[in-house]
Amino acid sequence: MKSLEDLKKMREEALKKVEMREGGKKYRVVVGMATCGIAAGARPVLNKLVEETAKNNYDCVVTQTGCIGMCVYEPIVEVYDNQGGHTTYVHVNAEKAEKILEEHIGKGKVVEEYTVDAAKNR
Amino acid sequence: MSVERVNVLVCAGTGCTSNNSALVYEKFGESLKKFGLENEVKVIKTGCFGLCQKGPIVAVYPDKVFYCHVKPEDVEEIVSEHLYKGRVVTRLELSEEDMVTKEKILDIDKIKFYEKQQRIALRNCGKINPEDIDEYIAVDGYEALGKVLTTMKPQEVIDEMKKSGLRGRGGAGFPTGMKWQFCANTPGNEKYIICNADEGDPGAFMDRSILEGDPNCVLEGMAIAAYAIGAHYGYIYIRAEYPIAVQRLQIAIKEAEGLGLLGKNIFGTGFDFDLEIRLGAGAFVCGEETALMMSIEGKRGMPNPKPPFPAVSGVWGKPTVINNVETLANVPQIMLKGADWYNKIGTEKSKGTKVFALGGKITNTGLVEIPMGTTLREIIYEIGGGCPNNKEFKAVQTGGPSGGCLTEAQLDTPIDYDNLIAAGSMMGSGGMIVLDEDNCMVDVARFYMDFICDESCGKCSPCRIGTKRLLEMLTKITKGEGTMDMLDEMEKLCHEIKDTALCGLGQTAPNPILSTLKYFRNEYEAHIIEKRCPAGVCKALLKYSINPDKCRKCSMCARNCPVGCISGVPGKEAYKIDTSKCIKCGTCMASCRFGAVERH
Repeated sequence: MKSLEDLKKMREEALKKVEMREGGKKYRVVVGMATCGIAAGARPVLNKLVEETAKNNYDCVVTQTGCIGMCVYEPIVEVYDNQGGHTTYVHVNAEKAEKILEEHIGKGKVVEEYTVDAAKNR
Repeated sequence: MSVERVNVLVCAGTGCTSNNSALVYEKFGESLKKFGLENEVKVIKTGCFGLCQKGPIVAVYPDKVFYCHVKPEDVEEIVSEHLYKGRVVTRLELSEEDMVTKEKILDIDKIKFYEKQQRIALRNCGKINPEDIDEYIAVDGYEALGKVLTTMKPQEVIDEMKKSGLRGRGGAGFPTGMKWQFCANTPGNEKYIICNADEGDPGAFMDRSILEGDPNCVLEGMAIAAYAIGAHYGYIYIRAEYPIAVQRLQIAIKEAEGLGLLGKNIFGTGFDFDLEIRLGAGAFVCGEETALMMSIEGKRGMPNPKPPFPAVSGVWGKPTVINNVETLANVPQIMLKGADWYNKIGTEKSKGTKVFALGGKITNTGLVEIPMGTTLREIIYEIGGGCPNNKEFKAVQTGGPSGGCLTEAQLDTPIDYDNLIAAGSMMGSGGMIVLDEDNCMVDVARFYMDFICDESCGKCSPCRIGTKRLLEMLTKITKGEGTMDMLDEMEKLCHEIKDTALCGLGQTAPNPILSTLKYFRNEYEAHIIEKRCPAGVCKALLKYSINPDKCRKCSMCARNCPVGCISGVPGKEAYKIDTSKCIKCGTCMASCRFGAVERH
């Protein structure tokens, strides 16, 4: 390391290691990971979310929770924003997960067709 | 780059390590493999969280869940339930009941223990991996050094330091900026910076925890200090009894050298700085700066008269600055955020925060960092949770063997250097030992005097002989052989030692006696006049007997007595203690299930 620039570069790279401990993200993406969720395929969804978030530096943390109570709709992904907003996506797969990140987290637009309301009315 | 979705932080400070946290760490590795999660979850060893009482502590991020008292056998449950299925293991979760609403508080920032704290020196302890310099850099590490080297002149650094109002955290509270100024003013191109990590007060472990949790911030602080005073070489003097801290320092030094943050031409500015670790053998006197320098030079650790002060003639006869670990840990933050940020924290004459090691009869034994001006009551009751088992608070000992005991009446004193001295104790390095009704103050004074006698280097007679005489008198009093004249004699001798001893160790050694004589004279008198130890600690003054009305004649006491001094007939005759043979071990009292054994 020979300059402040080098240090800055190193810090940006290193930040990925610790940032999940810092908090302060706009969104919290929560995957239902109880037995029902795992059986329905929540694990590839979770992995996809984590991967894509890191790759694209989305402003969110990805975390997991237990059974949400609507096992029939698993895998479920819930998105909470820091204003108290809350969206529930159902029957999520890896592909849909990618889109949710892109649209909802990236652009702030709820992907209506994947939400629990859309599924109920279907 | 692999992407983890969860960070599991396992405390690897000395407290948790002695509670088997190393095995907990290993078990996480095994369990994660078993569940196929080893690529999704990263397990990290980190520094002290401060809540040593509840250790081993494990923190799970980003969920921000804290588990306490985690045993190796609990790990699999955490992995299978929490990390695999997302269900928090509530049985292990750290929580606190709200005193008013009775609701369970789980948010770590709202728990009383943390709520009142402000962490500057400890900011990264329990947050980062101390053995990975990347993580330190990620939390703005070495940025202060970069800023100082590239944008500030040495004198500007010193001025900033003076403005911040930081005072030495080793105990005496000398303004750090002034110390740097004196050394910078001394001509010469060979100067040294020393980090004093010879923490020796019984019950104090602040410096150890900083070095274990965030070694890089001390290195950075040293480099900044070196630049300010014009030094190019530094020593960290640390006791060999701190193996974890030594090891993490070694790793940090190696990593920093590897990145060019130590060594030649740092940040391309032409500034060179190297340092090495010097291990001490754990002599208390080597925390005194002149003795410490003797020890670094390879001589017997004995103090020298001052002046000359180290800033003029220090190690190897060259101008030297010696700063305490916690002082240095504050330096990078002050340089980064500015003196005006720092000097708004604290009281008028004592700026910033202070780390205290809470110990003794207190619910939350551990490490806390509070802004100066916080009262003793807030620390002991709100953060520390008061005395356990509903015992009554008696006193708090601050400043270790150089400090004194303060009572209930002084609990509302806002903590700063001057207030504590005015109250008859001192800040010291930050040990805070809480004593309850079961502690005998004469015995406490005797304990510290015993410690001082052991640790006195013997160079000057007031300390070598005087403290020995004090110990003899105290021992006599605890045995019931004291006289009232002794109290005056002790007091006189205490003042003589204070006035004539060579170094800080001797000059402050009488403090525990003077403060207990001042606040707890009645306990001394009870020992001397009534031949009674009110707290029931001094063995020679105790007497055990069995209350025949309460005795159920079960023979339990007689069977447990190691010297066979209890006689009776099971089921028929109440038991009796032959006091001439009794060694006052208390085993009978502990073994009686009916409370029939009484101690007077």
